[in-house]
Amino acid sequence: MVIDTYPPDTSRFIKGQKDPFANPVGNTTFEGLQTLFDALFDDMNREAIVSSLDPIIRIRAIQDFTPSKAISFIFSLKKIIREIANKEFPDDQVADELFLMDSKIDNLGMIGFDIYMECREKLYEIKSNEFRNRTYSAFERAGLLKQDCC
Amino acid sequence: MADDLAKPEELLENSGYKRPATGWMDTPIDIRPGMYCYASNPKSVEYVGLPNPRQWNPLEDDWKLPENWQEIVHKGIKERLEKFRSFKIFMDVCVRCGACADKCHFFIGTGDPKNMPVLRAELLRSVYRNDFTTAGKIFKSLAGARPLTLDVLKEWWYYFFQCTECRRCSVFCPYGIDTAEITIIGRELLNLLGLNIDWIATPVANCYRTGNHLGIQPHAFKDMLEFFVEDIEDITGINVEPSYNKKGADILFITPSGDVFADPGTYTCMGYMILFKYLKDKYGFDITWSTYASEGGNFGFFTSHETMKRLNSKMYAEAKRLGVKWILGGECGHMWRVINQYMETMNGPADFLEEPVSPITGTKFENAKSTKMVHIAEFVADLIKHDKLELDPSRNDNQIVTFHDSCNPARGMGMLEEPRYVIKNVCNNFYEMPANTIRENTFCCGSGAGLNAGENMELRMCGGMPRANAVKYVHEKHGVNMLACVCAIDRAVFPALMEYWVPEVDVTGMSELVANALIMPGEKDRDTDLRGEPLPGKEDE
Repeated sequence: MVIDTYPPDTSRFIKGQKDPFANPVGNTTFEGLQTLFDALFDDMNREAIVSSLDPIIRIRAIQDFTPSKAISFIFSLKKIIREIANKEFPDDQVADELFLMDSKIDNLGMIGFDIYMECREKLYEIKSNEFRNRTYSAFERAGLLKQDCC
Repeated sequence: MADDLAKPEELLENSGYKRPATGWMDTPIDIRPGMYCYASNPKSVEYVGLPNPRQWNPLEDDWKLPENWQEIVHKGIKERLEKFRSFKIFMDVCVRCGACADKCHFFIGTGDPKNMPVLRAELLRSVYRNDFTTAGKIFKSLAGARPLTLDVLKEWWYYFFQCTECRRCSVFCPYGIDTAEITIIGRELLNLLGLNIDWIATPVANCYRTGNHLGIQPHAFKDMLEFFVEDIEDITGINVEPSYNKKGADILFITPSGDVFADPGTYTCMGYMILFKYLKDKYGFDITWSTYASEGGNFGFFTSHETMKRLNSKMYAEAKRLGVKWILGGECGHMWRVINQYMETMNGPADFLEEPVSPITGTKFENAKSTKMVHIAEFVADLIKHDKLELDPSRNDNQIVTFHDSCNPARGMGMLEEPRYVIKNVCNNFYEMPANTIRENTFCCGSGAGLNAGENMELRMCGGMPRANAVKYVHEKHGVNMLACVCAIDRAVFPALMEYWVPEVDVTGMSELVANALIMPGEKDRDTDLRGEPLPGKEDE
């Protein structure tokens, strides 16, 4: 479902190419989702969740996605888990557990939002600092810039 | 019985193949901020006499094109089909096998199918078919042809400036199609209408006027080098005062201005100065810097063949004026592709220069026989091979290094071993990135070919992702903390790329590592490296 948010020609490549260096998006996404599932069914350790979600969202934060689209995959976990649960436990036996799972996934969504914002802010910071770090600081170091005094 | 056979629709449904909602020709572009560079400043366009200088904005509907713009482009294609056989072949020969499709860092990073090299080329090829092939004229879109409309032109502009001309795709093409050359022609055609980006146009004008991309005048160029002299004296106790514009010097040194004016390239520049002083004191090496040909880079290469030629000629004119024997070139990327692949037919033969021979080792640099310009990595590797440098690699022990093959030296001139040989001799900790991300398979920095602006940061982060992904791997596996490269654009753009993807990794040039390890005659006990960071074991002093 995460991969299906890409155009069909692209998602075919992302799903099909298994080499992690030829296909960093696919590899990062699959690895992140695996550890995310572990955290979801475990104790929802924030650090573990961030380290699973961050690499996926870091990619989506710079690609052609709106903010909501970039993290929408988190909420599609609800649908996936429901589909499996309905198949395995057809008689609503796990309604309580599903309710708990929903709120866990909502939590993931909020953490995802934090990560997305952090990535975007980092990007703006890099944008605004790059020129200064590159050229301005070299000139400044060389004493070739006059500081305005007031 | 025929009824038992699955219908095409059923087969398609079960194959897992999902068709795109719209065909590529019918998928309109959406010019997204962060993915494009600002339009060129008309003053810069005018300065070098390129067509249609005016203020324009890619986000506005009206791009202020000349009235007969379609005719200009049609004539432009025709002229180039006649002039460049390679272009004609590349337009005709592609069978759309798709071998290149998933090899482009921009496709991998953005996930945008129009960044598949084959499709990027189809943007232009479709118009070629429409205007110049019989099948295209008759069968139109059935034969993959389409007329050049304003939307198509905008698509060209958007995607030809999402290609860094790195040529990774061409490594995988069974026909050897050089997609970079298609982008080069695509950009030339756009230039005929004044559709350039400012990050290219202004450096071109600056370089034409003052000799370097930043437009820094000769006295400021000298001031910067003199500042490095002071800094180096503080660190090593040695005065490395270089010679400037010296007539009759043996060798002229040319490097990208990024080394002189932009961190962390400045440390690479200090590295050159230390090396030259060492060679002068030990072996009487006679090299001079030019404050006029103060740019190795050539953004004309990203504009048009003619502009590239004009900028390239300055280097050779200066070599002639000074009467040197040959030229030594610094750590640059596209400078070397221009020199190796185009210089000879543009401004050659440089028969007023001599076939380069190292005055120290006597080695003939046969690769540079025609261009008379030797790469610093080859020059230094030869010195090390002949045991001409006294080195203490332990001074670089704080660095756990990996090497990024810059696209142009690697794929454009086949220089794969020399920088590795040098780095391994001046550093004790070196680890390669995975094989399918280095050497001729190297992943681009994502910001070359004039795309190293700030406003297209999302594009740069996407394009550089495959490279950063490999760096992240060696960082996690081997603790790599330093990414070495031999290209000024790499040095300028990698710090930002690393900050986003692998913030623990810093960026250096090869010559900086050499200078840290080089034991100069009469030097004081060094406490720091060129960046002022304590040397290993000197942390408490």
